[in-house]
Amino acid sequence: MSIGERERDAAAARRAAQARDLLRLEDLHINIRLQRGSIDVLKGVSFRIPAGKTVALVGESGSGKTIAAQAILGILPNVAKITRGRILFRPPDMDGGEFDHAAEPSDGPYMRAMRGGAISMIFQEPMTSLSPLHRVGHQVQEALTLHRASSGREAYEVTVDMLRMVGFPDPKKAYAMYPIELSGGMRQRAMIAMAAICHPALLIADEPTTALDVTIQAQVLALLKDLQEHLSMSLLLITHDFGIVANMADEIVVLYHGEVMEAGNREDIFRRTGHAYTKALMRAVPSLDLQPGERLRGLWEIDRPVPDMMKRRAEARPRPAGPILRVEGLTKTFNVRGKTLFSKAGKPFTAVDDVSFDIRPGECFGIVGESGSGKTTLSKLILRALDPDRGAILFDDGEGLRDVVEFDSKELFDYRKRAQMVFQDPFGSLNPRATVLNILTEPLEIHEACRGAQARQIAEELVRLVGLQPTSLNRFPHSFSGGQRQRIGIARALALSPSILVCDEPVSALDVSVQAQILNLLKKLQAELKLTSIFISHNLAVIKYMADRIAVMRRGRIVELATAAELFCNPSHPYTRQLLEAVPHADLDHPLPFDHFDFKRGEAVPDLELGWDSMFRTPGEGSDRLALRPISDSHFVLTRQSAELRSLAS
Amino acid sequence: MLIYIVKRLLTAIPTLLLISLLVFFIIELPPGDYFENYIAELQAMGETVDPHKIAYLKAEYGFDQPMIVRYLNWVGGMLHGDFGYSFEYELPVTDVVGNRLFLTIFVSLVTIIFTWLIAFPIGIYSATHQYSWGDYGLTFLGLLGLATPNFLLALILMYLANIWFGTSIGHLMDAQYLDQPMSWAKFRSISEHMVIPVIVIGTAGTAGMIRRLRANLLDELHKQYVITARAKGVPPFRALVKYPLRMSLNFFIADIGSILPAVISGAEVVAIVLSLETTGPLLIRALQSQDMYLAGSFLMFLAALTVAGVLISDIALAILDPRIRLSGGVRR
Repeated sequence: MSIGERERDAAAARRAAQARDLLRLEDLHINIRLQRGSIDVLKGVSFRIPAGKTVALVGESGSGKTIAAQAILGILPNVAKITRGRILFRPPDMDGGEFDHAAEPSDGPYMRAMRGGAISMIFQEPMTSLSPLHRVGHQVQEALTLHRASSGREAYEVTVDMLRMVGFPDPKKAYAMYPIELSGGMRQRAMIAMAAICHPALLIADEPTTALDVTIQAQVLALLKDLQEHLSMSLLLITHDFGIVANMADEIVVLYHGEVMEAGNREDIFRRTGHAYTKALMRAVPSLDLQPGERLRGLWEIDRPVPDMMKRRAEARPRPAGPILRVEGLTKTFNVRGKTLFSKAGKPFTAVDDVSFDIRPGECFGIVGESGSGKTTLSKLILRALDPDRGAILFDDGEGLRDVVEFDSKELFDYRKRAQMVFQDPFGSLNPRATVLNILTEPLEIHEACRGAQARQIAEELVRLVGLQPTSLNRFPHSFSGGQRQRIGIARALALSPSILVCDEPVSALDVSVQAQILNLLKKLQAELKLTSIFISHNLAVIKYMADRIAVMRRGRIVELATAAELFCNPSHPYTRQLLEAVPHADLDHPLPFDHFDFKRGEAVPDLELGWDSMFRTPGEGSDRLALRPISDSHFVLTRQSAELRSLAS
Repeated sequence: MLIYIVKRLLTAIPTLLLISLLVFFIIELPPGDYFENYIAELQAMGETVDPHKIAYLKAEYGFDQPMIVRYLNWVGGMLHGDFGYSFEYELPVTDVVGNRLFLTIFVSLVTIIFTWLIAFPIGIYSATHQYSWGDYGLTFLGLLGLATPNFLLALILMYLANIWFGTSIGHLMDAQYLDQPMSWAKFRSISEHMVIPVIVIGTAGTAGMIRRLRANLLDELHKQYVITARAKGVPPFRALVKYPLRMSLNFFIADIGSILPAVISGAEVVAIVLSLETTGPLLIRALQSQDMYLAGSFLMFLAALTVAGVLISDIALAILDPRIRLSGGVRR
């Protein structure tokens, strides 16, 4: 055999090896033991992960995505048992031998060597998935020392290199830091470093970006793609977001209640969607491609008519002619830490910086921004849960605009009746020791609107309105799901028929399958009860779906304020454009520009503004200040006062 | 870190001063003083009292002076080791308490170690085998221990020891070693006598600690970072000890502040039942007879222990938990 022939044979063998699957699930059944009886969470799931490719496992929560990943790693919870089927894994350094993870003892030497060595995993919650008591570098290095025989000094070098690779600008410093010193995005990078440090053949990413802001999400996705290329590993991506799927996956498996609904390559799934469930799931997630006026279709809909009595009460509310709420120059500064015996005062932090806007009666005013942009502080100021340092909040209850900041306790008490709030966390915002009836009638009693049988009647109307049975009045919050609790929260906010409803991220803690339901409910209530609402979200698609006018916030300032149509057709501020660019689209022809998201840069870059046109940059000392300036009647952008605005108008 | 410790020590001073004020006030609250009690007692027995002697004693000990002066004298004395004079024993307080204090601390320390040794393995077992028969059995035993009054357990054990071994287990040492200097034989005698009191005093604490360790560990066991550790291939036992157990230690360290005084004061009733030569019985007697300097010194001693315990746990927490250290603004 000539040398040339031998080389050709070797290449062919290599190709054949690459073509073989790294992992195959065959007819996998998993059963979970409950207190009474048991439940099958996976009912005969089969799919494959080819070497070097990305497979997306898609489904709503409870579909069995995570349990499948846990089974592959051999870290199933004690109550879960594999009852049938095989998980065949071909570790790269074992000469093509196949091992059945369903049969291997989960804490035996083989599985321990695979976990973290050949297969590793990153999780959804970067805030809790690292131990708060151990240094970041130590936790990353532990994976290395467990699986690769390397000495202290060498292991340290490898760890620092890995930290640099995932985008820590100063990896040596990051090595010695604790997780609490890092932001969510940086923690997720540390997790990725930990998972990738042994160069695994398979990386399982369980909703890796769900808890992150949209620009950070784009960076983390870019990082995963980059690592995959460098380490030629396979990726099992668990997600519910078809935008991410379209940008990352080679093959897609759609899971529903433990069964595979549809599986295929990206072209098949996106261009020739077969299964009705896949279509429904794609439609249930709000997307930027939704046309104005188009209705989001949830997986399960609730549609109850609004009772006449509530409509009448809403009609009876005084409606001002001008704006119902006007915010002028609102500023709030927090002292990071007050000066105490033990510490010096921290540098004050301006959470809300000179914010002004009007809200017209009956409109939905959207506030969008990433974490730390001051949107929640702003909502608390409007409700006077916090007192502003400067500025005015003018509220019109049919008697002209009056400053909420100047209200005495009696006036403030009345204002509370007019402005109500729906909170983000449906679990923390309902008193676990009060029945739904108590929760709904408490506002009525506090404000002495009514009590007894009449209050009960109102409570019944409210639960019907949000699509629950009147029998649920006697139950406690813990017996409801997240979506149902959020509906109770909405009912409570409506009990006093307020003029203004402030919704702070009302769907971000909810499962995708019920998000659409809650959004549609809020939309209907708004239209039929003529509610004025302030809707706060970090999700641009949600804001686009809900809001009439939108304010984009960054570092406490509004950088752009426009009607929804204008904002999305003609985004004028570079920050708005950046945000929009980072949103993944569920469309193969509209991929994320990954090279725009330089993950190596990290996120603590002070000069994010450097790439911007000078008219948007924060000026130095002494020169003109940034101000919100109009480019049309209803479109405002934060620029330097001297800047020429004509170029921005559409 | 050093600055933190120094500042923490400095804040302990006003705390102790405030406590001393309270202690003094409370002791002075009941009407009368030691001498009036004494006179009443003597008169009840039909004896006459020499009013001159009483007046002399009162002047000698400053009882005719205003309260504030007496307080300052007391606190000033304590600062240079003079804890006053016990009227009942007619000895300086230091002499009355000295030896017993050592024994008290010794019994308490052994009890605390006993508590930890028993509570840790059981708590870990209960948490990792939640809802197993072992967990139920140990939980039941723990609840029994928590619910049984200490003195009752002491009486039962005393009775059983008498029936089974024919020995009296009262006292902390055999009678011949009382007031003798420390020797090997005396130490052995103490060790033998210590078993029952340590079990009796430690039972409730052990049971409580098992419950708390189990609850804390259960909270931590299902946290995401434990799954992370398993997912990177850490062996199960090491994953348990290194991550969740370490996390659940916080409560335990924070507990040191209250465990010292709790063990010492919880031991008092038991000490009377078992007639131990610790400080407990002395304190109760001193409070009854308004022997104020003795009682005051005792209470101050307990307070100082509490302050010291809290101090130790604060510093230990800051060392062990970066979240406390970093968000407390101690470093960086």
